[in-house]
Amino acid sequence: MLKMTDVKKVFRTDLVETHALRDFNLHVGEGDFVAVTGPSGSGKTTFLNIAGLLETFTGGTYELDGQDVSHLNDKKRSQLRNEKIGFIFQSFNLIPDLNLFDNVDVPLRYRGFNSAQRKKRIENSLEMVGLAQRMKHLPSQLSGGQQQRVAIARALAGEPRFLLADEPTGNLDTQMANSVMDLLKSINAAGTTIIMVTHDGQLASQARRNIYVRDGKVSEISDADVSTPSRLAAV
Amino acid sequence: MFSYYIKLALISVKRNPVLSLLMITAIALGIGASMTTITVNYLMSADPIPHKSQQLFHIQVDSWDPNNPFNDDAQALPNQLTWTDATNFTLAKKAFRQSAMGMSGAIIEPAGDDAKPFEASIRLAYTDFFGMFDVPFMFGNPWDSNSDTKRDQVVVLSKRINESVFGGENSVGKTIVIAGRNFQVVGVIDDWQPMPKFYDVNNGAFDESEELFMPFSLKEELELPNWGNNNCWKSPEGEGYKAFLQSECINTQMWVELPNETAKAEYLGFLNNYVMEQKALGRFPRPLNNRLSNVMQWMESQEVVEEDAKMMMWLSFMFLLVCLLNTIGLLLAKFTGKSAEISLRLAVGASKADLFKQHLVEAAMIGLLGGIAGLGFAMIGLLGIKSLYGDFVDNLATLDIRMILVALCIALLSSIAAGLYPTWRACNIAPASQLKSQ
Repeated sequence: MLKMTDVKKVFRTDLVETHALRDFNLHVGEGDFVAVTGPSGSGKTTFLNIAGLLETFTGGTYELDGQDVSHLNDKKRSQLRNEKIGFIFQSFNLIPDLNLFDNVDVPLRYRGFNSAQRKKRIENSLEMVGLAQRMKHLPSQLSGGQQQRVAIARALAGEPRFLLADEPTGNLDTQMANSVMDLLKSINAAGTTIIMVTHDGQLASQARRNIYVRDGKVSEISDADVSTPSRLAAV
Repeated sequence: MFSYYIKLALISVKRNPVLSLLMITAIALGIGASMTTITVNYLMSADPIPHKSQQLFHIQVDSWDPNNPFNDDAQALPNQLTWTDATNFTLAKKAFRQSAMGMSGAIIEPAGDDAKPFEASIRLAYTDFFGMFDVPFMFGNPWDSNSDTKRDQVVVLSKRINESVFGGENSVGKTIVIAGRNFQVVGVIDDWQPMPKFYDVNNGAFDESEELFMPFSLKEELELPNWGNNNCWKSPEGEGYKAFLQSECINTQMWVELPNETAKAEYLGFLNNYVMEQKALGRFPRPLNNRLSNVMQWMESQEVVEEDAKMMMWLSFMFLLVCLLNTIGLLLAKFTGKSAEISLRLAVGASKADLFKQHLVEAAMIGLLGGIAGLGFAMIGLLGIKSLYGDFVDNLATLDIRMILVALCIALLSSIAAGLYPTWRACNIAPASQLKSQ
């Protein structure tokens, strides 16, 4: 359902040409939980941004849910992001002036749901992350772990097929990180595909599948959970 | 989504109160200065009788000094008529409606022991004056045309005079003492204040309309004083009031109603023939040069809107532009500060078009708030004009509902225009780098 074939990404300035991804090949199946690791500057985040349609790529093909996304316009890419992808960021990226309810509401506003539909989804999402009682609070009134849970609720409210997480526990202490990781695993168990970029080997080991990126390429792949159905391996 | 954008705009305005206040103040100052000068220009140049301003004509004939034109412009015509010519034109009845007119004044002596006499302005005119200018009546009617010729002592009162002398009741048929004589009230007009007072711009284009109206022929009968401008290129031949009236001094205005171009051409032919006849009698020594000006042409030729006022208006527009340039800079700073939120919205599914609309609504809201505050500044500016120039600009220095709407529209459109570039910049940030760096 996510298939990248020979994807390249080159950043160009007047003086320098930087190859962030080189012939990047990956196939992620439905229900997968993939942890992406690798050294700084290896291309992990670039991969995640391209996967999340936040950046375009220079060459190769990328199919999301069977659809070639190479030449989609801004409106279509936005629609795909809204309907199929949820994002979780290291720094949560909650809007400080909006309460939890309104923060979770943000992606739903662009989906065209009516007020009642949005309310139900927001309440369900916050319920799932255990913050239904605090939906009128501002993000600044929450701990880091709670803020990340709100971010997860926001990502899940639209019931996306993919959850893309970039260092989701990077700003949390160990206890909170484990709590968030448990939540991600339960979300994955419910059927949502997760791709998580992390530096933390301990967290990566909890994913069903690990890939290692180096110099813009997938260099290793391993299945942490042998019970996971076989997938196309990275080349 | 529009209501959502408004909600977000309100939150954003509250988030940076100082920055928002700076922008609102910048727009308010620009709008305030612009609206002050626009209002004055608008009221100065407004068509005071739009439904028939193309059919009403002011008459000019060149009865002036053979050696010197009326002013520096060789083609300039005297801006008023002699009493003799105006009377002759009116009595000839060559137009659909016509009236010579002049300004005078007299003492009113109200009935009752406690009532004190007071002075009131008078418009001397023919009965056609009322129909020609659509003067509204509360009670009664204009006098009939017989009263014009028979010099009946009849009067039409303004609403204010009727209130002060008769307590506002229907005074038609009652007697009022004016200039020591008894006048019969035939009508009371309702509120009527053409702005500008186009029918007599020589004697104060923005003055209030007169308090009493009576037949023009009474000017000679009662020897009423001349309150308006009077210009002479040679002295009256003889002594006394009659000699003054029959002199070449100009002190009378003359308007005609001509329903179409044919009527206008015929009337101009009549004027030319009249002048040729007068030339044969030794008058009108200058070349034949007669003119009919409709209401707007007349006001333009008399420069009712002064050049200074126009210049001030353009300067105020320049000031508004400077304020908007400041607003552009402030909006850029504000929207740049929102790059994290913009990136997040892009990531969760907002299109650039969605964000463009959202931020234009925010710019428009700032503009609207600036416009509302600007109306306050405009009112202060108009009060300043009133205090500077005195009571005679009272009628000019007023914001009507149309000008309020114009102010809000200018504020809205200019703030949206100012917001275009900052909004475009904000919507074209690279979300990936912003999301990572937060």
